[in-house]
Amino acid sequence: MSTLIIKDLHVSVSTDEGMKEILRGVDLTINSGETHAIMGPNGSGKSTLAYSIAGHPKYTITSGSVTLDGEDVLEMTVDERAKAGLFLAMQYPVEVPGVSVSNFLRTAVTAIRGEAPKIRTWVGEVKEAMTALHMDPEFSERSVNEGFSGGEKKRHEILQMELLKPKIAILDETDSGLDVDALRTVSEGVNRVKENQDLGIMLITHYTRILRYIKPDFVHVFAGGKIVEEGGPELAAKLEESGYAEYLPA
Amino acid sequence: MSLATTNYLTPTGREEAWRFTPLSRLAGLHDSSVELADRISLSARGVPAGARLEIKSGEEAPSLSTTDDIVIERVRDVAQQVLVLTIEKNAEIAEPIFLLRKSEGQAPEASRVQIQAGAHSHATVVVENVGSAVLAEEIEINLEPGANLRFVTLQEWDNNAVHIGRHHAIVGKDATFTSYVITVGGSVVRILPTVEYSGPGSSADLYGLYFATDNQHLEHRIHVEHKIPNAKSRVNYKGALSGQSARTVWIGDVFIKATAEGTDTYELNRNLLLSDGARADSVPNLEIETGEIVGAGHASTTGRFDDEQLFYLQSRGIPAEEARRLVIRGFFAEIVAKLKIQSIEERIMNRIDAELEEAK
Repeated sequence: MSTLIIKDLHVSVSTDEGMKEILRGVDLTINSGETHAIMGPNGSGKSTLAYSIAGHPKYTITSGSVTLDGEDVLEMTVDERAKAGLFLAMQYPVEVPGVSVSNFLRTAVTAIRGEAPKIRTWVGEVKEAMTALHMDPEFSERSVNEGFSGGEKKRHEILQMELLKPKIAILDETDSGLDVDALRTVSEGVNRVKENQDLGIMLITHYTRILRYIKPDFVHVFAGGKIVEEGGPELAAKLEESGYAEYLPA
Repeated sequence: MSLATTNYLTPTGREEAWRFTPLSRLAGLHDSSVELADRISLSARGVPAGARLEIKSGEEAPSLSTTDDIVIERVRDVAQQVLVLTIEKNAEIAEPIFLLRKSEGQAPEASRVQIQAGAHSHATVVVENVGSAVLAEEIEINLEPGANLRFVTLQEWDNNAVHIGRHHAIVGKDATFTSYVITVGGSVVRILPTVEYSGPGSSADLYGLYFATDNQHLEHRIHVEHKIPNAKSRVNYKGALSGQSARTVWIGDVFIKATAEGTDTYELNRNLLLSDGARADSVPNLEIETGEIVGAGHASTTGRFDDEQLFYLQSRGIPAEEARRLVIRGFFAEIVAKLKIQSIEERIMNRIDAELEEAK
């Protein structure tokens, strides 16, 4: 059982006009096995929350805390956060030319597990995970994210999540740019990992569409850099009806 | 002293051809301040059936091409003996022919080499430059019709070597020339990979990789001359620089003369700057005298290390240093993987890794 606790998190980015505060006091607790949907309008700071937890250097934490099972996440380097059990599935996964998917996956798994996986079981493990995500085996010889379609990039993110076995995963707009079939495949992947690995999930999305496939236990409405309303799945239904208008400044 | 040695126009650094080169670090190769020894400094690690290696006099092996490079003219003047590697007609030689340089440390020397690839022969020649040297050399390569030659030069010098070289290929009808110029060592390395064609249907693929750290000046001046119709050229050089005094120069001259209808050419140079102060000059230059061509283009980019790539890899648990190494290996992989000589691929990447480690 793992717990990610975010307390009164304030985050700024530097802009041409000086530091600009994006997150204004976020409080959120995610336990293993729970799915929390973070929903909000564009520009509300949802992605900033995701990248701040993962440790992107662009964001400056000005106050507050993030802990995973009592360990101070904000003190960790980016790779230490991953080793501690955090995973960020990115909205725009980065291309790394010349580095094959298979080399990348093996390097990452070796780093996370602290030892190289046994070749024989590893090949089978990757193959099985790829098959489940409807990914062609030749995929593993391609360069990381290079020339991938939107759907391929998102499948590749979920593939990594399955193999790296995080405790808590943050899915940043994983539904964006996916057609219905790809959305279903990716969602099934997320549900499978959640079930098998008792994963805690922070699911960041603008739309309710993905929630038909990944059922949230909690829904948080994010606006103006913080959580402004919380509830169960019924809150998502309400957002489907009325949108975010009431949460936006008049 | 011959007339030629007294007539040299010693470069001053203002000439277009010399404006990037640090003349003061050339150990006198460019002026006549030092004597050049005439040495056969390359030896074969073994000559397979279908090939032969001979030493000929300058009269027996006259120059196959013209040059206006002052240092190369000096090489031609000094070198009275020429190492000639001949690949016999129709020979199919699967294993690479390795030519290893054994230089006399920092004693300046001149070297002339010719490679004759017979009609419809297939071969790979690898020149390995290691250790310390002050070397001015010319390698002329002639491909008879239908020949297929892969020509690899490895500049794995110690970091005090000075090396000026011209590698000139004459590509015959329907012949295929592929070169790989890999430069990771040396204080100053200035190589002129140049190509001309002697028959239509011919093609030249020129690949290069260079990695410069502090106190290294690595310069590659490509020149492809299209005078013959229906010939093809591709140029792809990639370089990385680490350390504030690291310098690289890439010049890509491709000339398409009025007679060269049906030419198909594309050249590309990419540079990756790994630290502040490092400087990469990249000058593609395409001159076209006929519109009747298949295609002609060039691209050049010089950019910094992409922090988003680093973040992505680190966010998957890969430590920063290993992530950097992966990205740099990946950057060079496109060129290195084409070599298809595994022992060399490993050696080059390990040298780059080691220098990165040292440059930290």
